[in-house]
Amino acid sequence: MADKGMIIRITGPVVEASGMNGARMFEIVKVGREALIGEIITLEEDVATIQVYEETAGITPGEPVERTGSSLSVELGPGLLGNIYDGIQRPLRDISAGWGDFISRGVSLPALSREKEWDFIPLRKPGDQVIGGDIIGEVQESPTIPHRIMVPPGISGTIRDLAPAARYRIEDTIATIETAAGPVRISMVQRWPVREGRPYTRKLDPVEPLITGQRIIDTLFPIAKGGTAAVPGPFGSGKTVIQHQLAKWADADVIVYIGCGERGNEMADVLAEFPSLQDPRTGEPLMKRMVLLANTSNMPVAAREASVYTGITMAEYYRDMGYDVALMADSTSRWAEAMREISGRLEEMPGEEGYPAYLGSRLADFYERAGRVTVCGSQGSTGSVSVVGAVSPPGGDFSEPVTQNTLRIVKVFWALDSDLAYQRHFPAINWLLSYSLYGDAVRSWWHEHTAPDWDDRRREMMALLQKENELEEIVKLVGPDVLPETDKLVLLEAEIIRESFLMQYAFHPVDTYSDPARQYRMITAMFRFFSLAAEAVAGGVAVELIRGLPVKRRLARMGAIPPEEEEGQFSDLMQTMELQIRGLEV
Amino acid sequence: MESSSREYTSVTKVVGPLIIVDNVAGIGYGEVVEVTMPSGEKRLGQVLETLTTRAVVQVFGGTRDLDTETTRVRFTGESMKIPLSPDMLGRVFDGVANPRDGGAPVIPEELRDIYGSPINPYTRENPRDPIQTGISAIDGMNTLVRGQKLPIFSGAGLPHNLLAAQIARQARVLSQEEEFAVVFGAMGITHEEAGFFLKDFRSTGALEHAVVYLNLADDPAIERIITPRLALTAAEYLAFTRDMHVLVILTDLTNYCESLREVAAAREEVPGRRGYPGYLYTDLASIFERAGRIRGREGSITQLPILTMPDDDITHPVPDLTGYITEGQIVLSRDLHRKGIYPPIAVLPCLSRLMKGGIGPGRTREDHADVNNQLYAAYAQGIRLKSLVAVVGEEGLSETDRTYLRFCNRFETEFVGQGLTENRTFTTTLDIAWNLLSVLPEDELKRIDLRFIERYHPAHRKGSNE
Repeated sequence: MADKGMIIRITGPVVEASGMNGARMFEIVKVGREALIGEIITLEEDVATIQVYEETAGITPGEPVERTGSSLSVELGPGLLGNIYDGIQRPLRDISAGWGDFISRGVSLPALSREKEWDFIPLRKPGDQVIGGDIIGEVQESPTIPHRIMVPPGISGTIRDLAPAARYRIEDTIATIETAAGPVRISMVQRWPVREGRPYTRKLDPVEPLITGQRIIDTLFPIAKGGTAAVPGPFGSGKTVIQHQLAKWADADVIVYIGCGERGNEMADVLAEFPSLQDPRTGEPLMKRMVLLANTSNMPVAAREASVYTGITMAEYYRDMGYDVALMADSTSRWAEAMREISGRLEEMPGEEGYPAYLGSRLADFYERAGRVTVCGSQGSTGSVSVVGAVSPPGGDFSEPVTQNTLRIVKVFWALDSDLAYQRHFPAINWLLSYSLYGDAVRSWWHEHTAPDWDDRRREMMALLQKENELEEIVKLVGPDVLPETDKLVLLEAEIIRESFLMQYAFHPVDTYSDPARQYRMITAMFRFFSLAAEAVAGGVAVELIRGLPVKRRLARMGAIPPEEEEGQFSDLMQTMELQIRGLEV
Repeated sequence: MESSSREYTSVTKVVGPLIIVDNVAGIGYGEVVEVTMPSGEKRLGQVLETLTTRAVVQVFGGTRDLDTETTRVRFTGESMKIPLSPDMLGRVFDGVANPRDGGAPVIPEELRDIYGSPINPYTRENPRDPIQTGISAIDGMNTLVRGQKLPIFSGAGLPHNLLAAQIARQARVLSQEEEFAVVFGAMGITHEEAGFFLKDFRSTGALEHAVVYLNLADDPAIERIITPRLALTAAEYLAFTRDMHVLVILTDLTNYCESLREVAAAREEVPGRRGYPGYLYTDLASIFERAGRIRGREGSITQLPILTMPDDDITHPVPDLTGYITEGQIVLSRDLHRKGIYPPIAVLPCLSRLMKGGIGPGRTREDHADVNNQLYAAYAQGIRLKSLVAVVGEEGLSETDRTYLRFCNRFETEFVGQGLTENRTFTTTLDIAWNLLSVLPEDELKRIDLRFIERYHPAHRKGSNE
């Protein structure tokens, strides 16, 4: 059996080994005497090139390379939620318990606890016909998420035995299924190769918005459940804060958060903050619906490359149970750079800016794994994976390859702007550059949940902001005085939209999240102000006087009104603005 | 792996800082190499690539005077390590950790790999203790927090050294008397610059608490690749083994990146932007990410790297990639410097990502976040109006706009500008801010909670105090 090769070359994270006849692409191998985990990325005759997921210092040519016969896979089962993993699903919490505060190499631990017992409740009975994706039982993984134990994809037959309700460990057999190829034993854990999307029955069109509580996103540039979005921006423009805000407040059942090549202190921030935050809908700690992947920038680069696949495979697994899952990848540029680094070591012919020629297709493959689908199994339920990828373009230049290749695929573009960030206008999403192609898909949801004029208001807001931009050009040339009063009013209206609605303070306990009803209320208040102001201006009142009204300051603080005072404060606000603006006309 | 050392004379190729040694066997990746020159001089090197019978070695002392005949190369079988002990404090070393101050070598308490291991993200402590640097533009607008990495983006001829030395002198955490240390790593700076820092450390007594690694402009350029790692290994030892709060000043990171580019070019690697290697981000991260705090341990590492932006270009790969790794940046401005404002901190592009956790009641003051927010908004508005004034003249502006202009000018001279030895407390900084904000109509202070306006606005304060 030629299942052992020998190292002939080492350069950084890339190792070459000879004597690898019969090895397959993307097969996992154990490299060197310390059995470091690596993956085959090219094959030439009997020489395999391997990217190693750990530090390679000290390894020498001549050391063995052992094949495992399987591809890079993740373990899927109860215990994922609330956990924190590295890029190849090694449990960081358990590693710190066993190996201390620094990550040493050669650490090998199962991703899911083998000892922990779960309360299993069977939902089918012996004799039932089942196919892949069918739910045969349930485990209460977190207070709000029942973890549905599914028949793994590709297995179908008759249930011969099904374990009774009791406590089991994840590797215990809970069912035996009589298939055409003989009996198959099923436990609560599945393995799935990360580079392969999990199967589903049918892709569906997105129809429902992923409500994020972020006003500029939900109202102007919505993302649908099962949709894809990109957040590119130069450093300091707030990409990570937006990703954190979505992870906190998005109305998905499960969140997968990938810290891909980013800062260790940011992960510490998530770990410190999220367990203390409550899900606004369930009242449970947000951490209990989350899986965290942390492959910080100083951790091995090959594992960074793998981390996005590891993350999306977990997301698909929860989707298959019929949940809405949202995945945040921060940042996909670091992933692309990891590809570039590996590709450079392979001396591949580079494409644009040194990125490999397959950059575009890899990005497309990844984002295509998002979507709203009818999941496998006879129950025919629906699940979704929404993907939000941060992009970190060098120098904030959106024409670079990662941004451009991403924009070709995603449907929502939240362009972050350093000028807005410098003014501390957050979220620094530029309303002129950004777009969402889900506006039409989610319109009927909004009409149903707020009012039938939602879409009109949204369009009017966009038009006002656009008009402001044109007028600003004129102001820059000739100064603000020469504009007619109606144009001055447009400037005032756009200013109110920006300051009262688009700007949202992520660290304010109330302003951080506005539910759809609140967003609509705020829009109504602003438009009431606009129409009163238009009447006043038509009656000869100078816009400058309206701008000076104290009620404007109250509009700017609408987002911070505590929910229990919402009703009273808003109706008072409406009355006050009417009094103050009408007062000018006398 | 048996640490047998093997010596060869089979150097077959010398290119730039690299040598290629053939007919070798069992050479480990990353091994330390000792190169003996024809003259008998010894230089340090490291294996960059290893094949069955060949090794590519980078020579930190440079390859001048090396030949392919008599040069001997000894592979040590060891990774690169430095000796560590508390006796390092007060000492000055060169770029490869040999004493530079004429003192004896450090008697090691411990030898440690200079590349270190990544801190497990799970065990990191969220940094939240604000450091008072005494500089308003930092404390008020971009508060530095213990365990943070906050670089200074500067340009040739700007006073970044003065600023760094002032921070090293004044930095302290309120109401805490703890053991602190400064680790100073210099890459390719001039004798004069190094002399400035040493003199400053000496005159203030800071040198006793400092460990200094100097690779100067005329020292071998390739050495610079390891100098910051020596400094950080020493810092990790002092912080996490000796429970000290360590401030690491690294200057100048741009020189470090140049050295990295030199090696990459010699290896004929596929270049990324501006000829820098594609792995520059990962490499810089392996330096910057060695800042932080660890749960359950006393010490901390705060990094203050300095880099000069070629042609003041913040989109140059070095500042750009740095900004993506560090937790913010302090940017110096040539305009402010020309106006005679010290420190010339261009507040708008500055950022401290960890500020929000480090300020507020019990840390600095309850109004800090709102005041900071308002100052930013008002200053940005002032700057915007300044460019408008250039076109339409001041008469074209409204009365409110003119107050913004006044605010903007006073902000630069009174808030940003301060003395070289002026050490302002958080309270002083915030009080100056309120004085400036009171120039603006009160209705314009939309970002500040009404409670704070009532409590801190000078107009209200007078009323309540009398």
